[in-house]
Amino acid sequence: MNALEIKNLNVSIDGTAILKDFSLTIPKGEVHALMGPNGTGKSTLAKVIAGHEDYTVDSGEVLIDGENILGKEPDEISHAGLFLAFQYPLEVPGVSIANFIRAALQARLPEGEDINAVEYYKNLYAKMDALQMDRKFTSRSLNEGFSGGEKKRCEILQMSMLEPKYSIMDETDSGLDIDALRVVSEGVNLMRGPERGFLVITHYQRLLNYIVPDKVHVMYDGKIVETGDKELALKLEEKGYEWLAPAGAGA
Amino acid sequence: MANTTLENDALKIDNEKGNFKYPESYSFDAGVGLTADTVEYISKVKEEDEWIRDFRLKALKVFQDKPMPTHWASKDLETIDFDKIRYYLSKGQKPSRTWDEVPDDVKETFERLGIPEQERKFLAGVEAQFDSEASYSRMKEDLEKEGVIFVGSTEGLMKYPEIFRPYFGKVIPTADNKFSALNSAVFSGGSFIYVPKGVKLKQPLQAYFRINAENFGQFERTLIIADEGSEITYMEGCTAPKFETATLHSAVVELVALKGAKIQYITVQNWSNNVFNLVTKRGLAEEDAEVRWIDCNIGSRLTMKYPGVVLKGEGARGEVLSIALANDGQHQDTGAKMIHLADKTTSNIISKSISIGKGRSTYRGQVHMPKHLKNCKNNTECDALLINTNSRTDTYPAITTRGENNTVQHEASVSKVSAEQIFYMMQRGLSEGQAMSLAVNGFVNDLMRQFPMEYSVELKRLIDMEMEGSVG
Repeated sequence: MNALEIKNLNVSIDGTAILKDFSLTIPKGEVHALMGPNGTGKSTLAKVIAGHEDYTVDSGEVLIDGENILGKEPDEISHAGLFLAFQYPLEVPGVSIANFIRAALQARLPEGEDINAVEYYKNLYAKMDALQMDRKFTSRSLNEGFSGGEKKRCEILQMSMLEPKYSIMDETDSGLDIDALRVVSEGVNLMRGPERGFLVITHYQRLLNYIVPDKVHVMYDGKIVETGDKELALKLEEKGYEWLAPAGAGA
Repeated sequence: MANTTLENDALKIDNEKGNFKYPESYSFDAGVGLTADTVEYISKVKEEDEWIRDFRLKALKVFQDKPMPTHWASKDLETIDFDKIRYYLSKGQKPSRTWDEVPDDVKETFERLGIPEQERKFLAGVEAQFDSEASYSRMKEDLEKEGVIFVGSTEGLMKYPEIFRPYFGKVIPTADNKFSALNSAVFSGGSFIYVPKGVKLKQPLQAYFRINAENFGQFERTLIIADEGSEITYMEGCTAPKFETATLHSAVVELVALKGAKIQYITVQNWSNNVFNLVTKRGLAEEDAEVRWIDCNIGSRLTMKYPGVVLKGEGARGEVLSIALANDGQHQDTGAKMIHLADKTTSNIISKSISIGKGRSTYRGQVHMPKHLKNCKNNTECDALLINTNSRTDTYPAITTRGENNTVQHEASVSKVSAEQIFYMMQRGLSEGQAMSLAVNGFVNDLMRQFPMEYSVELKRLIDMEMEGSVG
């Protein structure tokens, strides 16, 4: 199937269950928003899908276009077409953005094949122009000393260069002022299309004014408790999350 | 970045490539163990003058009398059994001038290491040492015509005593330390170089040191004299096959930069992990002269090496730029010494070390600026990168400054490559090894930019290989 499918996923860390029988399907071409209060497992979900080793997967499946990716190394999952925009992108001192993206693309090529540097820079600059980024940006060390907005822009640039099949945006809006939010949203909107699916994780409805989702899911205590359209997000903004708390969740 | 392939082709030395050996066949063998007879044998087969033999015998006594420096250095030194080492092995004392005349096994060794190819591409001259003696030595003819001398140690002392003898053993006296004494007793091979006044070498001279035999000690001796206003870059590389038993490499390198001269000495040390690499390196810089050490240590079991510059003349400059990478089972104990002896002298030390797994790196620095000096400057930067929690790094800076308008600046940092950084990079598609390589390259990047192109490319490749190999 042409989708990112998460089926009955149960995940724990040090014996504490975090994801509880979590299921979600994002077909190609759609943008799904995942909302919910802090500590409900949204970021865990993103990391588990990307192959982070700190979590124990007790059962379930994650499929990219029918291919199971659970248990694979993070780089293999990346090559399979998954991109995770980090909530807190990490700094790698001394490595320029341009060299980093180039290394990431090079890693996708068969052994003995080298990236064409001229084509690479042409492509990089075209993407930067589309995202209205200054060309000096890519000679800076990856995320080192970046403002919150710069870090997120850097994530969007990487995403647009790697052209994933599915992108998970983990609280991309956190720490952004309204201008940065607009730039980041435009980046995502530029990449929307029939060939790509998005899972946008966010606390707040305001991001969804810029990235209009096809579906909105609400997560609570490790699973999805409500699904709707963008109206649901507005309702959440108004009423909060409490009314969705499952009985006995102890919230 | 665009043309890395070219340079990669130009320099092919790596661990795997170095890990091969040919059967031993030697015409000259001093046997196992070290006594006065061993020293006499070496001096005899080299047909040395009496004063050289006496110099050796005196040094042997100093070596025997000096204790192992284990009160401050690694206890691992005690595992060296001097009675089990072979101190001189060669096929003959005269290096060939063409590769065709070099014995087949030796020639194949250096071909596999890419030496003749590099010589054609970018070197002004090459000396290739196989165990105790150089089997090949050649310099471009135009340099010979300009009066540049590029010969082995004994040849230098015998043929050009008026040039080399006044400086031989003067920058690094025999008794400087136990291993400089050992070298002084049994030295063989190495390069003696003289660059006449005002001659500036555009291309580097290179020496390549190869150990082929087991239980062997290599003791090359190098002395470079750059006369007034001259300039030279000298590069050395080395490999050995991996043996179960310990191999010893103990060199002495003396540099003399006369008024206004510049010497740049570059080392890429890639010994196999059974080699004890105990080397003494020091340069003397006269008025307005400059001595610069670029010292990269990737291989060996234990390296102890602290390149130094004695800033003897006013306005002299000294620099040590070093990178050390200690993987499992390795200890890189490196550093720098700057001895300021005149006004307006400046020195710069930048040291970067990377410790991986159980690897250990140590920085020892000494900066000496006595009270009577004025307007001297030193800058010291020491950065350590730790990859995983078992690695260890120690820093021992010793800075003594007094006097007027003398300034010393010292900065040190320790950072780690975190699991989250690796995860971030892997999420973008890099393998674990590639991610670690990139982090390490980022760490040394600003320093490597100051290296000549051929060397930074080669170094980057060696680091990549080490990192790939360190991923369980």
